[in-house]
Amino acid sequence: MRKPEFEPRIVAFVCNWCTYIAADAAGVARSRYASNVRLIRTMCSGRVDPQFVLTAFEKGADGVLLCGCHPRDCHYSSGNYKTLRRYTLLKKMLSQMGFEEGRLRLEWISASEAEKFRRVVEDMTEQVRRLGPLDLDGGD
Amino acid sequence: MAGKPKVAFYWCASCGGCEEAVVDLAEGVLDVVAAVDIVFWPVALDFKVTDVEALPDGGITVSFINGAVRLSEQEDMVRLLRRKSKYVIAFGSCSHLGGIPGLANLWDRRSIFEWYYHKAPSVADGGSQEPRERVEVPEGTLELPAFWDVVKSLDQVIDVDYYLPGCPPTPKLIGNAVTALLKGELPPKGAVLAGTRALCHECPLNETKPEKLLIKELKRVHLTKVDPEKCLLAQGVLCLGPVTRGGCEALCVKGAMPCTGCFGPTDEVRDQGAKGISYLASILDFDDEADIRRAMEAVPDPVGTFYRYALPRSILMRSRGVKAHG
Repeated sequence: MRKPEFEPRIVAFVCNWCTYIAADAAGVARSRYASNVRLIRTMCSGRVDPQFVLTAFEKGADGVLLCGCHPRDCHYSSGNYKTLRRYTLLKKMLSQMGFEEGRLRLEWISASEAEKFRRVVEDMTEQVRRLGPLDLDGGD
Repeated sequence: MAGKPKVAFYWCASCGGCEEAVVDLAEGVLDVVAAVDIVFWPVALDFKVTDVEALPDGGITVSFINGAVRLSEQEDMVRLLRRKSKYVIAFGSCSHLGGIPGLANLWDRRSIFEWYYHKAPSVADGGSQEPRERVEVPEGTLELPAFWDVVKSLDQVIDVDYYLPGCPPTPKLIGNAVTALLKGELPPKGAVLAGTRALCHECPLNETKPEKLLIKELKRVHLTKVDPEKCLLAQGVLCLGPVTRGGCEALCVKGAMPCTGCFGPTDEVRDQGAKGISYLASILDFDDEADIRRAMEAVPDPVGTFYRYALPRSILMRSRGVKAHG
């Protein structure tokens, strides 16, 4: 019997002021893209505690996408810079824990970039599909 | 000796520092010994497992168990002590959070054995014998405990009533805990018997901490001449005081060493490592990715830095496909 193709589960944290609007615009424009992404809307990407990212993986996400406003464009002036610093360190830590590159991704997507949102979602879905399911092993 | 509370001490995967901490009660230990009836303490007194087995269930008032759980023997012993004890207290970081031995969870049993018995430079010919659980000899079968794939904190194996944090817990906290037990003045089950606020609140250098901490350069403590009168973070030395539970009275900082987080996170934090990352990212004063990377080179080992005592209790205990040594 053929194994059913693996459909990645991706959790995307999207900023209320930019990427959420881009995602909305992509929807309004009837853009077609992979339906593997579950959006979680936060007021700012800076609100995304690294604990949220780990919890997403724990609850079954195969990939996590962090989205925020472009540098110098944050509604709260510096939230996205905090996101960038956290992401840099978190990525290093996840790789120590055996996570492949590509399971965690950060993208700056402004409100007007519906097409970029579509492209990032498609691209990440394919990338995570190639990586396969995240197999967290909680021990015996 | 009837009427005195019965107490047991046991160690699992640990370094012995926790036992040392009990001895460090100094004269205080005599008061404890006078007030209680020690029924089991393998490191100091000659009791056997059969002595514990002979006790009625719940017959021990309190068991202090230190060390992480890594071997089948440790699992059997803590299950036995749980059954025989009214209260179980996880004693020290290893028992509380998994501790230093818990860092082994970056690897699995196979890769650990592979390295230590075959590939490590100290193994001369690469043909060493791995520990086996059963060996047949003319006299009969010898058995060794099984080595689990993962290291666990005590509460991942048995129900735990209280936690005494620290690597090791301070004599003062041990004394307080024993006194509370003897008087029957116990907090709600599951409590960590130390502070509830971050360590900075009790740090003597807190006054010198700037209102807004922003760091341009992270320094590694062994490469830095530390000013013992000034907040270590303000000097660029990575101190985990802001994200670590208080109660130790900043002993390490008083010795000009930064806090490494042995008391674990405060009650509000679910994952010590993730919170540590969040905190360091917040005070690193760079906005450019290349600058951030460069500054973070002073943290070559984020897991070992932020999960030094708590990897088994991390949200992601570990993932499959972990790389072997070397």
